[in-house]
Amino acid sequence: MSDHDVIILGSGPAGLTAAIYTARADLAPLVLEGEPSSTSDQPGGQLMLTTEVENFPGFVEGVMGPELMANFRAQAARFGAEYVTVKATRVELGRSPIEIWTGDPDAAEPDYRTKALIVATGARSLMLGVPGEDRLLGHGVSTCATCDGFFFRGQPIAVVGGGDSALEEAIFLSKFASSVLIVHRRKELRASKIMQDRALANPKISFLWNSVVEELLGEERLRAMRVRDVVTGAVSDVPLDGCFVAIGHAPNTALFNGKLDLDDAGYIVTHAGTRTSADGVFACGDVQDHDYRQAITAAGSGCMAALDVEHYLEAARHGGHVPA
Amino acid sequence: MGEHSTNVSDATFDEQVGLADRPVLVDFWAEWCGPCKMVAPILDEIAAEKGEALRVVKLNVDDNVKTAQRYEVMSIPTLILFKDGQPQARLVGARSKSALLAEIEPHL
Repeated sequence: MSDHDVIILGSGPAGLTAAIYTARADLAPLVLEGEPSSTSDQPGGQLMLTTEVENFPGFVEGVMGPELMANFRAQAARFGAEYVTVKATRVELGRSPIEIWTGDPDAAEPDYRTKALIVATGARSLMLGVPGEDRLLGHGVSTCATCDGFFFRGQPIAVVGGGDSALEEAIFLSKFASSVLIVHRRKELRASKIMQDRALANPKISFLWNSVVEELLGEERLRAMRVRDVVTGAVSDVPLDGCFVAIGHAPNTALFNGKLDLDDAGYIVTHAGTRTSADGVFACGDVQDHDYRQAITAAGSGCMAALDVEHYLEAARHGGHVPA
Repeated sequence: MGEHSTNVSDATFDEQVGLADRPVLVDFWAEWCGPCKMVAPILDEIAAEKGEALRVVKLNVDDNVKTAQRYEVMSIPTLILFKDGQPQARLVGARSKSALLAEIEPHL
């Protein structure tokens, strides 16, 4: 077991910005950065599964998502932040110090103790939850366009979703695929104007409006997608070789059920900056944001959490309880 | 990727994997795959720890399309464990070291 002033859970733009600021404040932050995965829930966060990031300020020509996150990480390390490649398996809040388990959650002793905790566990991609999806994952069904687009060279594929990330994936995949069908449950897109214009102008991209996926078909590999028109109720099978899912995100807050105030959608509720319902626990990034969800807003709230922690520890050092 | 994993190619696959005298874990990867980069250091550790019991090699799918197609790799990272030239276990997607070991070890 080791004791710390600040522990940060998560290593996307929010967690690593909090690490840069707390490291520069001489708080020697420990970042529990997460574990490898292919489902947008991994060290570096969601940007690890993207390609070109064009809207992060300061990069005139854009920057690759994984490269940007490697820079964030190295910058925090330069000021003394330390990293452990694990996920928390249990937290006990409402006590001082706060306790964190990373191995067996039933172990008597926690693995880490900390005076302040910054929660930046982010959000993960939602899956469709339809029959065939689990069985065909990795056999035509993918959660990572940048990883798997290559395997669909010259083949017809679909992207499910209507937001910026769906269109970004569709445009990326159009470089490989023979055609990209965007399947969206409404009649208009949620995506930004610039992404819509690009997708609409792309000759390989077409749209299936008002449609939801009912089932993914194929034994050994994906062969078709069964879709239902939500207006007419008509069901049809669309033959395709690949299906990429980009229907949105859910916050990674399972760890905090019953321990922090969460809203109806599971996001952590913050007040007075980044404070949560538990003393000494602060939240930043997508885990507490269902409105903006941008790298830059996550980074901004990571900075806020770091400054809030600094203030909290300073007050605690002077013997005072810090009112929320 | 580190010192513990050798590159295999379309040309060397049958000899290096098919005729190997011990289990071989093949990492199907590519330069542009973020999750592949996260798994690489874990595979280095596993290779070092398993020593003689397991050989870990990597196959770049960009340069070796034939082998990737032969094993119907459609998502990377994909790890396939071969024994006597036959696939014994197949793991699609990045995961933690303990999760990887839990799936590989029963076959060693």
